[in-house]
Amino acid sequence: MTTRAAARTARPAGGDAHEEGPWARLRRSNPIGYLFTLPYLVFFAVFVAYPAGFAVFLAFHNWNIVRPEKPFVGFANFERLFRDELFWRALYNTGVFLVVHIPLQIVVALLLAVVLNQQLVARGLFRVSFFLPYVTSGAIISLVWLRLYADDGLLNQLLAKADLGPVGWLSNPNLAMTSIAIMATWKNVGYYLMIFLASLQGIPAQLYEEASLNGASQWQRFRYITFPLLNPAFILVVILSTIGGFSLFVEPFVMTAGGPLDSTLSLVLYLYQQAFQFLRMGYAAAIGLVLAVLIFLVTVVQRRYLEREVGY
Amino acid sequence: MSRSLPASSQELQRRVEAWPLRFRQLLFYALLTLAALTFLLPFLYMTSTALKGPREIYSLNLIPQQPTLENFEAVFTQIPIGRALFNSAFVYGLQTLSVLVFSSVVGYALARLRFFGREFIFNVILLTMMIPGQLLLIPLYILIVNFGWSDSYQALIVPGMVSAFGIFMFRQNFKTIPQELLDAARVDGATDLGILFRIVWPLSVPSLITVGIFTFMGGWNDFLWPSIVNRDISFQTLTQMVTLYGIGGQAGGQTGAVMASSLIAVIPMIVVYLVFQRYYLEGIASSGVKG
Repeated sequence: MTTRAAARTARPAGGDAHEEGPWARLRRSNPIGYLFTLPYLVFFAVFVAYPAGFAVFLAFHNWNIVRPEKPFVGFANFERLFRDELFWRALYNTGVFLVVHIPLQIVVALLLAVVLNQQLVARGLFRVSFFLPYVTSGAIISLVWLRLYADDGLLNQLLAKADLGPVGWLSNPNLAMTSIAIMATWKNVGYYLMIFLASLQGIPAQLYEEASLNGASQWQRFRYITFPLLNPAFILVVILSTIGGFSLFVEPFVMTAGGPLDSTLSLVLYLYQQAFQFLRMGYAAAIGLVLAVLIFLVTVVQRRYLEREVGY
Repeated sequence: MSRSLPASSQELQRRVEAWPLRFRQLLFYALLTLAALTFLLPFLYMTSTALKGPREIYSLNLIPQQPTLENFEAVFTQIPIGRALFNSAFVYGLQTLSVLVFSSVVGYALARLRFFGREFIFNVILLTMMIPGQLLLIPLYILIVNFGWSDSYQALIVPGMVSAFGIFMFRQNFKTIPQELLDAARVDGATDLGILFRIVWPLSVPSLITVGIFTFMGGWNDFLWPSIVNRDISFQTLTQMVTLYGIGGQAGGQTGAVMASSLIAVIPMIVVYLVFQRYYLEGIASSGVKG
């Protein structure tokens, strides 16, 4: 058994396998390979494929989870969604969050990454400070920021010292979502900073040396060498923070419960309310499906407009 | 400096470069320290408030004049936070162990064994990494209810027993191990499982740590999933219990007690981070840029 398996694994990958039919390839396959992937395949079937299928099924049915009957309703959930003002409000709010959060995230992460990529005194200490929020729970951190942002909280107390404010960080409907976006940036920027930093460290130093010899200024070196070569990291950061932004839930859940005046109701918070407060499983599933399609479309468009050929 | 704004960024740069080097460095470090303090401030606030008595709680001083542990006493008498700490450590410890074992078995098969459909399975795994969690939230919840697993440890552990991220990391890593090492073990009569756990694992400690800490951290910090499947207080995780304590009526607006409980929930992850710092960078670099 083991020697046969050894002969199989020792063979170089690829080769003439393509000329054979599937049955021949199946017979020559190492059965241990199937045995080892079996746990994943079972897991995939039960906890990924089946739920994904059931999510689509549910979106076309009504179900309150308590009673067994799930009447088929066709596109009714989607039609209702289309006319639901709160859904549009949540979509708009999520859009506001993304528009504030993504550019802020990128600028701060890139700036800090460029700084941390230099020779610094106590670089490790700075890196730890910027990364610390990322390793802690968003739910717990929201409890802290709730107190920082409160009308009589730390930020307004500090502003009062300078004869400013008070600012209704979370109580002003026009400002609340922006406040949440700032907090989310503070929370996640360490992660994106690390992506940029890893990418910066992969840029050959000789490119900069040559540019310096040719008289390029620091800004020119950044603009014409660093920035173009960071393109893959840049796309990754845009896409990951877009997905993260569409997933916004715990911050408004903890800090504002969607208020004031629904101004921080995010799509996932709305989905949560529909499913677990009103028990409208079919309707919530429809929201989830629309959200998934939306994320897919937005990231495809982003990739298309941002991707550049990169070559050293 | 603020009297006349420079016309362009080049102009600005020219002016800044005219300053003495010492001064520029000083300004640079002052700004950087200010930025670092901005990131640390909420943690400092949390710690200082947790140690303040009721009379001091709204004062701005960072170091409490009369530090007290009464907030922690309040937390321990009001909620079973010790139980929650045990739940989180037990549930996510077990889940992490499971992820390491199962994901490395699959990663080994995908990296080292030849079988028909291998690339297809790998592509399916990559695809699952792109499915947004919100799509699966409701059906997964219903699945847990149908299994009769509401208010249980299984509800928290089982849906995260294998991780696509783990499989991906292990596959990439196991591919780099020299074939001769595996062949030598096979000649000595080792089985594939023996090779994986006795040869491949010891050579892959960094990636095992990386996958381990990201799995553990992801579970520990999660609020949404535990709050959906477990309402019973005896199965609540630490993050869940502290969050509910903070937003619910139980804390009765006691900022000090809420910050004390928050500190308890956050410290384990900070310790793990400080101990394993470099593996975080590695995990982000290899899952991000190369992937």
